[in-house]
Amino acid sequence: MPPVLRRAGPFVLGLVLVAYPFLDRNNSHVDFLANAGAFILLALGLNIVVGFAGLLDLGYAAFFAIGSYSYAMLASQQFGVHVPFWLMLIVAPVIAALFGVLLGAPTLRLRGDYLAIVTLGFGEIVPQTFLNLSQYTNGPNGISSLDQPSLFGHPFGFSATPYYYVLLVLIALGLLAARNLQNSRLGRAWMAIREDELAARHMGINVTATKLSAFALGASFSGLAGVVYAAKLDLVSPDQFQFSVSVLVLSMLVLGGMGNIWGVVAGSFVLSFVNSFLLPQSTSLAHAAGFANLDFTNYRFMLYGAILVLMMLFRPEGLIPSRQRAAEFHEASGDPRLEAQEQAEYEGAAG
Amino acid sequence: MDVFFQQIVNGLSLGGIYALIALGYTMVYGIIELINFAHGDVYTLGTFFSLAILTALGVSGEVHGVALVGVVAVTIVGAMLLCGLTGVLIERLAYRRLRNAPRLAPLITAIGVSFILENVMQLWRGPSPVPFPDVIPNPSFAIGGVDVSAKQVAVILLAVAMMAALQLFITRTRLGKAMRATAQDRDAAQLMGIDINTTIALTFLIGSALAGAAGFVSGVYYGTTWFYNGFEAGLKAFTAAVLGGIGNVTGAMLGGFLIGLIEAIATQYIPGGAQWTNVVVFSVLVLVLIFRPSGLLGESLPEKV
Repeated sequence: MPPVLRRAGPFVLGLVLVAYPFLDRNNSHVDFLANAGAFILLALGLNIVVGFAGLLDLGYAAFFAIGSYSYAMLASQQFGVHVPFWLMLIVAPVIAALFGVLLGAPTLRLRGDYLAIVTLGFGEIVPQTFLNLSQYTNGPNGISSLDQPSLFGHPFGFSATPYYYVLLVLIALGLLAARNLQNSRLGRAWMAIREDELAARHMGINVTATKLSAFALGASFSGLAGVVYAAKLDLVSPDQFQFSVSVLVLSMLVLGGMGNIWGVVAGSFVLSFVNSFLLPQSTSLAHAAGFANLDFTNYRFMLYGAILVLMMLFRPEGLIPSRQRAAEFHEASGDPRLEAQEQAEYEGAAG
Repeated sequence: MDVFFQQIVNGLSLGGIYALIALGYTMVYGIIELINFAHGDVYTLGTFFSLAILTALGVSGEVHGVALVGVVAVTIVGAMLLCGLTGVLIERLAYRRLRNAPRLAPLITAIGVSFILENVMQLWRGPSPVPFPDVIPNPSFAIGGVDVSAKQVAVILLAVAMMAALQLFITRTRLGKAMRATAQDRDAAQLMGIDINTTIALTFLIGSALAGAAGFVSGVYYGTTWFYNGFEAGLKAFTAAVLGGIGNVTGAMLGGFLIGLIEAIATQYIPGGAQWTNVVVFSVLVLVLIFRPSGLLGESLPEKV
């Protein structure tokens, strides 16, 4: 790609996205984009934990739940507390990050696969706790009638468009933050730990603090997405945060390319599109064509599973890979192409 | 006090099922250091296979006498075989290629396999719970105020018998020796002429077959199942394997019974009871991993560099 296009690409994309609600008057399309936006935010956060720092977090939906419930409890009739939406955009990520530290501090010493299982346990405990503490959370019914956000005295109303713009701004900020983090001292420390923890420790990196910061930052993205998602849906209930949500976000990362910001955005957009557009649409098409028993939405889990299995087997670095990540995957699996290349480089250097 | 002993009996029979599942986790982890996330779903598959076999045999209620022995034997062997083959197939298709990949790659694949299996079972038997016929007559008898049912006795006996057979196989046979050697040092074992691929496949066969047996037992014990059963049971069994010391077969049995007991006693004595049992079990997992990651019977090994 010529450098001019490379620079201009994001700007053009941004302009199109800003103009989109004016071009397409179909509210359901904007609604879909807003929901996809929430998942892009989630994926960007999980990418910090899994993609940059290499820590497999299988309970990521828990922080999404914590963000959503923070808004539901601090901005509704539930306790008569009404913290403004805009303030909650700061408070909820902080709360989520605190829980991230709380979970991470005792567990980050564990080996990678154990950490994955512990985070999975955490991901089960959090929604279960919200379900069980029904005197505060209304149990399975959840909390509804949340405060409506408003800007300069104009309430958001039931249109998805204001949320779309809020998410657009948040994603832009998130992209900027993720890119700067990646190139920062902290980002390089994450990648060093991911590639070789022992070596990183010996280079003087404080491994525990560095991992904790990845956990906390990742959690804060999830908390942020939780607030907007809860406000938009006007309802929070425990069944929105099941294990499948964590796996969905992980599939987005694996599909797009762990560690590559644009890959992650593309992966989450594509999977959101398939999930809430392609599957339901093709189901209604099938019904119209006379296949009344065919329901493609029943194959969702199979789709996530197949993405995880096939990508890991045949293209673990994702569709839009991060160069470093790709090298790590192929080096370890003894890829003949890479070995040949290294051999050639070695011989070149020796000669 | 009677209530306490009642919960001990309940816990032991629950624990028998967890122990059977935990064995599969621990054997696979011992040999290729993979948390086989799909194992819990292979267990559920065992219940569904048993159900299909019983339907094929035309059994829909209690069976007595010689016929009972025959029906149980056919069903359990059939479920074990089918699950064992499923396990071997999963290893061949999804894990073997990634044996030398970064550790998290096969774990992610395993999660994918788990989701695929769950979806297949959901499509096969629907999203709602499926009833399982009461095959075994279930008289209960009281021992000093504690009710013990025939099913509970059967569950515990069956679990213990399976474990004893496994222990004998691992310690007394050539194949068992090959498995232990491969777990200890794969490269050295290969140099000694052990066929690594066959040995690992055998591990999956046995582990998954035990999950199949557990699947039959749980169908009989609970009288119902559904496609998502294996997620929770799998996590609890994994906790059991870690508690006992992952990679350690005796530890998995001990851990299984302990988790069963913890669950039964927590259900009885924690206010609010049943709805907190999962929280209790996962807290046990976290605490064990933090304070004694090698488990009760495991040795702590230095991480391979």
